Amino acid sequence: MGMRKVAVVGAGMTRFVRRSLETGKELSWQAAKMALDSCELTLDDVDGVCLGTAPDSFDGVHMKGEYVSDGAGAWGKPYMRSYVGGGTGVFTPIQGWYHVASGLFDVVLVVAEEKMSSYYPHAQAAFLTIFDHTTERALKPNLLWIFALEMNRYMNTYGISKEDIARVSVLHKRNAAEHPCALLGDATISVQDVLDSEVLAWPVQRFDVSPVSDGAVAIVMAAEHVAKRITDKPVWVQGVGWHLDTSYWTNRDLAYPRYVEYAARMAYDMAGIKEPRKEIHIAEPYDPFDYKALHHLEGLQLAERGQAPQLYIDGTAERDGDLPICPSGGLLGVGNPIAAAGLMKVAELFWQIRGEAGGRQVPGQPRRGIAQAWGDLMQVGTVVIMGR
Amino acid sequence: MTAKIKHFPGTSLSESDFSEGKVLFTYDEMRGEFAWDTGIGIGAYLAGLKRGQILGAYCPSCRKTVVPPRVVCEWCFRPIEQIVPLQDTGIVNTFSLCYVTWDMQRLTQPEIPAVVEIDGASPLHGILHKLGEVDPQQVHVGLRVQAVWKPEDERQGAITDILYFKPLEEQQ
Repeated sequence: MGMRKVAVVGAGMTRFVRRSLETGKELSWQAAKMALDSCELTLDDVDGVCLGTAPDSFDGVHMKGEYVSDGAGAWGKPYMRSYVGGGTGVFTPIQGWYHVASGLFDVVLVVAEEKMSSYYPHAQAAFLTIFDHTTERALKPNLLWIFALEMNRYMNTYGISKEDIARVSVLHKRNAAEHPCALLGDATISVQDVLDSEVLAWPVQRFDVSPVSDGAVAIVMAAEHVAKRITDKPVWVQGVGWHLDTSYWTNRDLAYPRYVEYAARMAYDMAGIKEPRKEIHIAEPYDPFDYKALHHLEGLQLAERGQAPQLYIDGTAERDGDLPICPSGGLLGVGNPIAAAGLMKVAELFWQIRGEAGGRQVPGQPRRGIAQAWGDLMQVGTVVIMGR
Repeated sequence: MTAKIKHFPGTSLSESDFSEGKVLFTYDEMRGEFAWDTGIGIGAYLAGLKRGQILGAYCPSCRKTVVPPRVVCEWCFRPIEQIVPLQDTGIVNTFSLCYVTWDMQRLTQPEIPAVVEIDGASPLHGILHKLGEVDPQQVHVGLRVQAVWKPEDERQGAITDILYFKPLEEQQ
């Protein structure tokens, strides 16, 4: 297709916290500066800026992309904000990728920012507008409903127990204990702790859910000829994919994320991957809820339908297992500042593949990883594959 | 890189920093009011609800019956012209026992949101609604249910014209 090779050459992030002193602009700048410093570039080297951030309703700010633009380094540059719900954090680097792959730009700064704490009394209410205003919102739904409904359907279709799903939360929160930016890392949490946590919307309990958070992440993407001058260890974007399922979410199979499958197949085709289970060494599926990681692993073709819990039961998913899953700690452990959380997964692949992940490092010099996010009423799938 | 960095930016605040005035903040309320047109497909659906009827739409090209009705088929992108009446019964596709409200206040008696597959629609095609007149512990996937309607003179042409779905009599 005449596309140029694109590498990630730098990354940076802030701590993920329940509520930050810094504004969205300030968080964006901190992450962007760290990303540029990490590859010894300055803003003068950047041709364009891509920003990812979730709905304006969180911040109560109109055109949030423009609002945080100074912190993101966008002043005086081509700038675009993308938004596909929770899938944004993995879509924004796809946008950066096609800016560079197309030959338009040589160096792109990709920033994802989220400040969820401003919304009162709880950010959950900002999500209510995703329900149809006429046929659903009149029922006074809350956001947990859709997850509880989907989780219950998933459990029922395949006969999966709450215990098996709780293992996901446990592993991710334990992994996050090694992450210096994590909000909910916990090295000693057990399955029983998850099962004993408060029931919010059965089958969803408190520890099944990722926390509302503030934070920002940034990466630097560069064309091949530039990337090779910048670093000896560029991490190449090998495949990207995105896909959308129906917005009539009650008219489709809730037990299987078809939109993730199609996005993943697009990315696998681009990367020339025929057998994902052998060729992917690290997976960072989107895990705002623990069952969601399982659901997405199946959509990513890394497990048969209904078999993803087995990866956690037999240790495959652990950091030193055959297919480490969310070695970062994921959204359940590190935190879930929506757009920033997705880009955190891409940054984690960058650090893991370069061997720079410190206490979180997956052994055996992993060569290739996949990051995925999902958005809106469980219908947007976004996927990035990166490798050496 | 992360391994080399010892100090990450980002300063954590707690609720008490606000309540005790340790940080400055601005509080404001925004209020938005909207009146949404129902459109053609949903307009027909709501008119049907007012009559005590759940309507779907049939695409002859895809041979699918979807609910609620709409004017275009997502699958073939052809117009859907056949609005068809469905039953007011169905089966529980999935459900939740929800103990919190939208703003995270706690409930002692759970709400029971459910996706109900409507009889007459294609398989796995349902609507979001709530269950009632049922012991929460007795609800299960596959439960057959029937709509409980508001009295005719109180119906407004809204999804709430169905109060909730309850288990079908024959099972109890």
